[in-house]
Parts: sequence; structure tokens; C-alpha cells
Amino acid sequence: MPDTSKLRYAETHEWVSLSGNIATVGISDHAQKEISDVVFVELPKEGRVVKQKESAMVIESVKAAFDIYAPVSGKIIKANQALSGKPDLVNRSPYEEGWLFQIECSDPKQFQSLLSEADYNNVKHHAGH
Amino acid sequence: MTVLQESETLKKTVLYDHHVSLGGKMVNFAGWLMPIYYSGIIGEHEWTRNSCGVFDVSHLGEIHVKGSGAFKFLQYRLTNDMAKLSDGKIIYSLLCDERALTIDDILIYQSAPEDYYLVVNASNIDRDFEALSRYVPDSVTLTNKSDESSCIAIQGPKAEAILEKLFGFQLKGLVYYHFMEASWKGFPVWISRSGYTGEDGFEIFSKNEHAPAIWDRLIQDGKSEGTMPAGLGARNTLRLEAGNALYGHEINESTTPFDAGLGWAVAMGKPGGFVGRDMLIKQREEGPSRRLVGFKMLDKPIARDHYPIFKNEKKIGVVTSGSFGPTAGANIGLGYVDRGSEAIGTRIEIEIHGRKVPAEVVPRPFITLKHKKG
Repeated sequence: MPDTSKLRYAETHEWVSLSGNIATVGISDHAQKEISDVVFVELPKEGRVVKQKESAMVIESVKAAFDIYAPVSGKIIKANQALSGKPDLVNRSPYEEGWLFQIECSDPKQFQSLLSEADYNNVKHHAGH
Repeated sequence: MTVLQESETLKKTVLYDHHVSLGGKMVNFAGWLMPIYYSGIIGEHEWTRNSCGVFDVSHLGEIHVKGSGAFKFLQYRLTNDMAKLSDGKIIYSLLCDERALTIDDILIYQSAPEDYYLVVNASNIDRDFEALSRYVPDSVTLTNKSDESSCIAIQGPKAEAILEKLFGFQLKGLVYYHFMEASWKGFPVWISRSGYTGEDGFEIFSKNEHAPAIWDRLIQDGKSEGTMPAGLGARNTLRLEAGNALYGHEINESTTPFDAGLGWAVAMGKPGGFVGRDMLIKQREEGPSRRLVGFKMLDKPIARDHYPIFKNEKKIGVVTSGSFGPTAGANIGLGYVDRGSEAIGTRIEIEIHGRKVPAEVVPRPFITLKHKKG
């Protein structure tokens, strides 16, 4: 199990790690279990500018389609192309190989306002929308 | 993403604690807290196709119809021909209103002459009971047995051998859409050769208090024989590949049997007529304005319920079910299209997340059915 203690989380179950002003985004282990078997990932276009809480991409599981929201604002500079061929990496390795995309943050302060892991663990069973 | 919430008001089957202890992910289905999967939908789907999946379907309703006028009553109230039944036989039928719109699709089990059990969808039990009651004569008693009955479905190529070994049942002579009474550990059960998955398989009906012992036998002792618990997620992908309509999706109170391609379950010529026949005669003369078709996506995204279907830029229909089909190896679905677009090979487009994605009308079922016919 990777060390997830430094991650921040959105209430909509995306995790974020920040390095400089580059945010890497994925979905939590809790979320991948809820979504169940991921069969298709519609990756965001690199270069697209997104606002915090805006739908950035879609994950399709056997169960349903799920919107993934940008946890911070900025420009999407990279999408995890490995997911095109192996969408199930989201299930198998949600915090490592199954990352979704990277954002060049326009406002890195947004990162600090996201949930800590402890807070996320407290709210995750009640979160959603 | 949205996380489904547990609610205290949801009903639980007598196997609820078993599902939780097996790691079942419990969700609201038609007012019942049911397992959508235990280990994963695709794994449970494939296990059912290749070995034996065990499903709790106790949320299904059972209505007992008995009395000297029971045959005549069902013959008039339902669309199919009850004269095709005999003791130990099952028939599929639709329950329609006076406008031929579908209240439910049901299975009728004939236990003895004038003695029938109706197996109905969980979401429709009360509506069905009401729709039946309005026509029931004094000579017939309707009893809702749903809250005292459990049902476990055992589906897949190993189902027959496993049931014979675990329970000592003799099943070789039991063919598709037939059932028999048996006993195990001294309590009575009904075993029908039926199911929803497109595989050979069985459904075991029992009183609630006996279901946990049957489940444990299947799951604990059956594991080494090839069983695995499977949830409603796999049941849905299996039924979709088998091309089976699901109430609330392909059929509902705005569809007629002809719309849904279920004319084979309507006996237009049976003596005495039936509720909804006049409207169906009219529809047959005019031809239905839309048809239910199967389709395959030609690009990656999955079409889901309510997504619009287009042909040549014109909206011609709507998706009623869609999923990745693990056995079909493709993203498949069912939907209604206007008449003239139902031919196999018709190129259509489905709007998914704001983008029109190409798809093609293909034959149903999406797999080869494995039912054991007589």
C-alpha cells in the first residue's frame, strides 16, 4: 500500500498530490471500489483549462459512467495514456499506476483547502452529490 | 462520483447478513438492499458463464392464485395462453392494462389445475396485486406470498452437477421452463430450470426460514465444486448479453408487448379475449411505430439508459440498457428506434457525453443461449 498520508482529497473522491505547482489527480481506493470494474476511461485533452469542481473526464465502469471533477483549477498538462489500454489500473493501483491526469495549478492555495486524509476518511461514507 | 447511501427504510432479504459477511457491496435495488457485487462484476459474470454463479433473488415477488376460476381469470388477465401450461410447467407472460401498456412481466408456475404461482418483479409487487385484484372473481383467492418466500438462482454450466451433488436432486429430466417439488433436510423446496442469464440454470424457492441453510450449502460446501456468489451487477450484464428485457428499462407502463418485441408472449387468438387485446389489434394493424433493437458500439464509450439515438443527424430513439458485455467482448446495449431503423446492420449514432458515437444494430441475443430444451 502506498503512503497516502500527504494526499489531499475532494469530497467527490478525487485525490491530489502536489509537487511544485503540478497537481497529480486520481480517485481514492474507496471510490474505485464504489465504481467497480473500470472498463473505459475518457481522458481529458492535454492543454485544456479547467476550473475547480468542473467535470474534467469520465470513468466508465460496468455499473455506470462517473464524472471526475478537477479538484483544483489550472491547465491539464498530461493525461495517463496507459489507461487507454489498461483502464483497470484505476482499480488495481488507484494511487500509483492508475493516476488520471496532471494539472498545472493556477492557484496552488486551493490544494491547502482540500480535505486531509483523516478528514476524507471521516466524510467519505457520506460524501457524493 | 456519487456514492449510494444505505437507508434504514430499505428491505432486506433473509440472506442480508450472509451478503455482508461475504463482502457484498450493498445497494438500493427496487427498495431492497441487495448485493451489486462481492468481488467484482466482470469476475462474477465470467464465473457464471464458465462455472456456476449463485444469486440471491429473494426480492422477487410471489403471488398465489388459487380457486375454481383461476385458469379462466389468468387467461383473461394475462397476455399469454394459460392453456399451454400443465402441472410443473412455467410460462412467461405480460400483465397489461386496458391500453395494452405493460404493468409487469411475470412467470406463471402451474402447481396443480386452478393453482398457480406468479413470480413478479420486486418493484411491481403492489401494482401487480392491485391490477390483478380489480379483475379477480369470488371463486379465486389471491395471496401475496412475497414476504415469506425466498429464491436463490444457481446459474451456469456446472449448475446441474453441483445441485445434484450438494442436494441429491435428480435434475437430468427437468427441462427448461419446468419445475418440480423436492425436499432437502426435510423441508420442501421448488426447483425450476429457469433463469435470466442465458445459461443453463435453476432457481430454488423456499420458505424464508430455510433459505440460509440452502445458501450456506451452495456457498460454503459448493465453493470447492465451483460456485461463487454473484450480485445483481453480474445478473444485469448476463441478462443484457442474453437479450432479455428488464422491467423499468426495455418495458414499462409506456410500452406495449409489440413495441418490446414480446409478441411471442401474447396469444392474440385465445378464446374469450384478454385485457388490452383491443389496443393490440389496432397496433398490429398499424404496425408498431418503434422497435426494440440490440446494438454494438463501434467506438469505446458505453451507451447508458436514456441516451438519445440518432441516424443521419435525426433523433430516432433512446437507449434503454447499456454496458460492457464481458462475454460479448464489446460495449453493447438495447434501445428503441423508430420503425425503419431496426434492420440488422443499420448504422446509428448515440450521443455520449456530448459526442455522437457510432454504433450498429446487431442481432439479439449477443451470445449463444445455453438453455436445456426438452
